[in-house]
Amino acid sequence: MSSGKNQKRLGKWLVNLTLLLLVLIWTIPTLGIFISSFRNRDKIATTGWWNVFPHREWRPVSELDPKALGLNPDEVMEIEGVSGTFDQFRKGIETPDGKRVAWIGNKRLGKVEVQENAWTIDWDFSLDNYEQVLGGQDFEFRRPDGSVEVVPGDNMVNAFLNSLAVAIPSTVIPILIAAFAAYAFAWMKFPGRRSMFIMVVALLVVPLQIALVPILRDYRALNLNGTFLAIWLAHTGFGLALATYLLYNYISSLPRDILESAFIDGASHFTVFTTLVLPLSVPALASFAIFQFLWVWNDYLVALIFLGGNPEFELVTQRMAAIVGARGQDWHLLTAGAFVSMILPLTVFFTLQRFFVRGLLAGSVKG
Amino acid sequence: MESPNNKVAGDQSFVAGILALIGRVLLAVSIPLISFYVLYLGFLFLRDSNAPREIIVLIAIIWGVGGVGILYWVFNWLVEKLPDQWKGRLLPFVFVGPAIAILSWYLAIPTLRTFYLSLFGRDGPPEGLSFIQQISSAAFVGFGNYASVFTQDLMVEAFRNNLMWIIFGSTFSVIFGLLIAVLADRSSFEKLAKSLIFLPMAISFVGAGIIWNFIYEYRPEGQTQIGLLNSIVTSLGGTPEAWPQWVAISPWNNLFLIVIVVWLQAGFSMVLFSAALKGIPEELLEAGRIDGANEFQIFFRIMMPYIQGTLISVWTTIIIFTLKIFDVVWVMTGGQFGTHVIATQFYRQSFTNRNSGFGSAIAIVLLIAVIPVMIYNLKRFREQEAF
Repeated sequence: MSSGKNQKRLGKWLVNLTLLLLVLIWTIPTLGIFISSFRNRDKIATTGWWNVFPHREWRPVSELDPKALGLNPDEVMEIEGVSGTFDQFRKGIETPDGKRVAWIGNKRLGKVEVQENAWTIDWDFSLDNYEQVLGGQDFEFRRPDGSVEVVPGDNMVNAFLNSLAVAIPSTVIPILIAAFAAYAFAWMKFPGRRSMFIMVVALLVVPLQIALVPILRDYRALNLNGTFLAIWLAHTGFGLALATYLLYNYISSLPRDILESAFIDGASHFTVFTTLVLPLSVPALASFAIFQFLWVWNDYLVALIFLGGNPEFELVTQRMAAIVGARGQDWHLLTAGAFVSMILPLTVFFTLQRFFVRGLLAGSVKG
Repeated sequence: MESPNNKVAGDQSFVAGILALIGRVLLAVSIPLISFYVLYLGFLFLRDSNAPREIIVLIAIIWGVGGVGILYWVFNWLVEKLPDQWKGRLLPFVFVGPAIAILSWYLAIPTLRTFYLSLFGRDGPPEGLSFIQQISSAAFVGFGNYASVFTQDLMVEAFRNNLMWIIFGSTFSVIFGLLIAVLADRSSFEKLAKSLIFLPMAISFVGAGIIWNFIYEYRPEGQTQIGLLNSIVTSLGGTPEAWPQWVAISPWNNLFLIVIVVWLQAGFSMVLFSAALKGIPEELLEAGRIDGANEFQIFFRIMMPYIQGTLISVWTTIIIFTLKIFDVVWVMTGGQFGTHVIATQFYRQSFTNRNSGFGSAIAIVLLIAVIPVMIYNLKRFREQEAF
């Protein structure tokens, strides 16, 4: 019996350990960029973000001038009791007492360092990166050696506001339209009801790529390109099939007698819909809303095509992609910018996680 | 509207009736006109205004959300004014009409239009001609675009890569999702673990691309590596590589991009599997254990068959998703280094090369690829529906 218990404990331990490992793997990428976003511009580009954790590193204790020592880098040299070629010193040679001698820089202008292996923490956090990615003007950056460099910032605030203006209506509009339609499919009798619903089901999986070129042509003809309305409608069109389908599943399962008693009392469909069905459907509406919000906020392709021509209306994803493309080495902007772009979806996600999960379940298991 | 007084007084009631009728008609015409006009003014303001961004955003949200509400209210109000018989006939279409109209405009009709465009050359059908003239014009290439879709080198590469995406992307997402769901179910920190695994779901592909650039970043040999993967490789004595850009191992460099999507998607499948696993009756598992089954047997003989339905729907969802994959590839490599997929080729042909015929043909190929899933959905709908 006790061996069985031990085995069970071992099993539990193994389960926890494996899971911990997986969680760690899943978290490290985000953690890395999160830590980096608070690090100094120069440090991000020259050292790994894991240096913020205590680690052993070679640190210089004293500096030697190779010229004063009369060293010739083209021959075998002897420094501080160890000897080696230039290439060996470039990599660093350890002395018997645990120190290291390393040649820093090139043959002509280099210097020789004596280093010791010591515990260090690279602990220097600031909000500068965020200031620069949101501030939109030039910033002075002071290097450790005292030189000052002017670096351009980026204006993410504008893009953030645009994303809000796109994401909120693009979430509410399709839900409202889908809810009306779902109500009609569930509680009204009219010719063509079945065939229309079959159309909704069939369109569930149609890739949106199919629509981009024709819709772009329509938008050009209607002079809608590069407007908020254009992108709201596009997101509505691409999200509507799923929204209608999910909400139909929910609304059609509402208790029949509640609605019927309302009709007997003389309520119109519109009143029943707005005063009864909408409030009763809040869980379904909320879960789809989160889904749609994340999808719209994180969308890049639709924005690229329908808002692409208008820098005024650039969204955060477009802004980020532009920074990656044009200033891919500005790591400090990329890290902070990525977090600015993630902050809202992550907040929505964590506060409304339960609804979101419910929405997923309704969509894929039941449907 | 008709008060008892009107019936008593003859002449007066007639005039009042006429006035009421005119009033009704005027109201019925003016309310939608006014609301459309107000909405149109709002649209113009949003398009052309130089107001501060904050104000534009606020008005956009109010106008967009409120506008749709107003439209429904106005249409309903109009229909309510009609005689009962017409009301019954029209009201359903007020409710369902906008959805059907938008779905038709944005998805149903474009499939036909895109197919039509795909039969033409670079600039699409010549404008201002009749249908007959269009299809007899020089721009009409018939299925020529499809021939190139399946033969052009870059397209063949895109198909091969998409196949890798579908196979590896969906398999790993499902396996990791299932593994984590099973482990989390028995662990002592289930909630936390699930939240952290699920978290990447909230991150955009563009953001994920940046995050993973930090893992894959390459510095020439000898410099300090700031990418985690290369740092590990060099500390183990290897040479650093620019992983997704590594042409030498194409097509395997695609796997480094697929990893990103698995990272994003595993949470999705985990949630669904977790719910399905929790739905397995405890007695079933107990019975298995009493009969002496070990945990692996319980997993493969009881759990897997039980959650088969979920397994299939998760798998198909992820397959469709990976079939359309675009953002990750576009942001990480732009399709270079042998990483093009169908969707990036579509974008490149339609919008960078401005070859609408070829791009449309690619889109139609994508559509054909999802048709089996569409048929499966419809079949299931027919089976379960009490419509």
